[in-house]
Amino acid sequence: MFYREAGDFKTTYSDDSQTFPLQLDRMGYYAVLAVAFLVVPFVIDDYWATSVMVPFLIYAIATLGLNILTGYAGQVSLGTGGFMAVGAYATYKLTTSFPDISILIHIVLAGFITALVGMLFGLPSLRIKGFYLAVATLAAQFFLVWLFNKVPWFYNYSASGQITMPERTVLGQLVTGPSVSAPAKYLVCLVFAVALAWLARNLTRGMLGRQWMAIRDMDIAAEIIGVNPLKAKLTAFGVSSFLIGIAGALFFAVYLGAAEVGEAFGINKSFLVLFMVIIGGLGSIFGSFAGAAFLVLLPVFLKNVLVGGMGWPTDLAAHVELMIVGALIVFFLIVEPHGLAQLWRLTKEKLRLWPFPH
Amino acid sequence: MTMQDSHSLAPGRHSARTTTPGPVDQGADVQPYVTADGRRIGGVLMDLRNITLRFGGVEAIKNISFDIREGEIRAIIGPNGAGKSSMLNVISGFYVPQEGEVWFKGFRRGPMRPYQVARLGIARTFQNIALFDGMTVLDNIMTGRLTMMKSNMLQQALWWGTAEREEIAHREKVEKIIDFLEIQNIRKTPVGRLPYGLKKRVELARALAAEPGLLLLDEPMAGMNVEEKEDMSRFILDVNDEFGTTIALIEHDMGVVMDLSDRVVVMDYGRKIGDGTPDEVRNNQAVIDAYLGVAHD
Repeated sequence: MFYREAGDFKTTYSDDSQTFPLQLDRMGYYAVLAVAFLVVPFVIDDYWATSVMVPFLIYAIATLGLNILTGYAGQVSLGTGGFMAVGAYATYKLTTSFPDISILIHIVLAGFITALVGMLFGLPSLRIKGFYLAVATLAAQFFLVWLFNKVPWFYNYSASGQITMPERTVLGQLVTGPSVSAPAKYLVCLVFAVALAWLARNLTRGMLGRQWMAIRDMDIAAEIIGVNPLKAKLTAFGVSSFLIGIAGALFFAVYLGAAEVGEAFGINKSFLVLFMVIIGGLGSIFGSFAGAAFLVLLPVFLKNVLVGGMGWPTDLAAHVELMIVGALIVFFLIVEPHGLAQLWRLTKEKLRLWPFPH
Repeated sequence: MTMQDSHSLAPGRHSARTTTPGPVDQGADVQPYVTADGRRIGGVLMDLRNITLRFGGVEAIKNISFDIREGEIRAIIGPNGAGKSSMLNVISGFYVPQEGEVWFKGFRRGPMRPYQVARLGIARTFQNIALFDGMTVLDNIMTGRLTMMKSNMLQQALWWGTAEREEIAHREKVEKIIDFLEIQNIRKTPVGRLPYGLKKRVELARALAAEPGLLLLDEPMAGMNVEEKEDMSRFILDVNDEFGTTIALIEHDMGVVMDLSDRVVVMDYGRKIGDGTPDEVRNNQAVIDAYLGVAHD
């Protein structure tokens, strides 16, 4: 009854093309932002930061990145873990080489370095598509992990082969290292997630996004109307890898603190992020956040219910949890192949007619 | 054969990235004139000279020459398999012929990628609709403005300055086309949900959005009922009349072709068997034989 466009007239094209055309949507969005920035930092504790909010935000950025490539530009990639590793190692090398420069700048630079690497591995996409491209990006995944394992320069010749994040501050506040406070961790990730989501939204609603979607929907027709496939595909790989690189940098610097490349950025990570994209909804910014939230929160929730609520042994709960998550993924793919974003869209359509659907 | 296949089988598809403009064409000595209904037909816009196109051993087009003059509606007709669509693909730069020359606006066109041809101002629609199903009607038509957009990636990412101004300026142009083709009510609908006739119209809108100098229509009325055909004919005539767009079209419905076009090229088995005004073509013995069949003895 209240959630509808009736009476909400647009008089300019810029009003009409905004992200949230409905006023209620806009207000809801600002409310969420206000809570996220002004309320959560004061109430968040270590448990919520490390097991829920920080991984959620970081995975949301990675999912957003992969969604741009797979959901918007239609290029399948299984190299997400490898590209996250590039972001992590770039941050590590940068911050140990230039400790005086702000870590935030290093993280953004790491994003740009990952973008270059991503574009390099995106070159085959000009010739191959679909499954074959997926295999090519899988090669990137294995090659990058191998590279970071094999070349000691990347981990500064440390004996363990691990990279460990030194303590860095932003505005006098510690943001990395073992003794960092929960609100600081959370806020760094939140700022990156919000800023990158905004950038991604702008790119996807503009001409570049249309080029990506045109390539996705019908590449030959796209070329005939003037899309340069080389440019469109490589920018998609670049922007996608930029986001994934920043996610990898945050994952290492803020979340893990110390990482071993095979464990932290293995093929499992690539699949996890791909699942998040599919469950969240291909080609949707909201879906990227929803998918990340679903796959981060569900295991936490199940663990609390099974171990905390029903008193099961931890190992049994862990196995059952895997089975339930797997079953839910299959269930989702069958019932709603377009993911949570589509469910959300349908809910909103219904809401427009509520409470008088006839 | 799917579009995918024809793409990879395209003969002589050169990878040259640049156009090689030749000397200005001296052969275009045709005088402009005004038709009975007041339309101005100019000089030669596109000149195809001795085009031969082969797919392996099959000669799809055999030594064909004809021209398209500025402001006219030029039809290409012929029985199935005559090579009409191949001809259109040569014009749109999708195929590069093994022999012959393509002259456009007084320059010889070298081998080009299709997106470079689009930048020259040649737009087209497809026989089996090639729209972007996942995008809305508005976004589909906006892609037609692509070659005219200048803002860079950073500006678009920040949605700032040129990017937003440009978006709105082009949106205004696109809205004019939406009004013109009477599809206001579906502008926010994803194209995948539209019925066939409307999809054809959206595809025309997308081609028009590019403000092409030459508009190629591959069977714009295939699979339409009489009413839809009438609508489409009206739009084609209006486009030609109001925007002065030169149109080359392929169509099977003879009534439509004869009514719409100024001049008609008739093809059969890859050869040109007739060329002229609808009346001339209608009385051409070779054309009659090709369409009605002739006894071989």
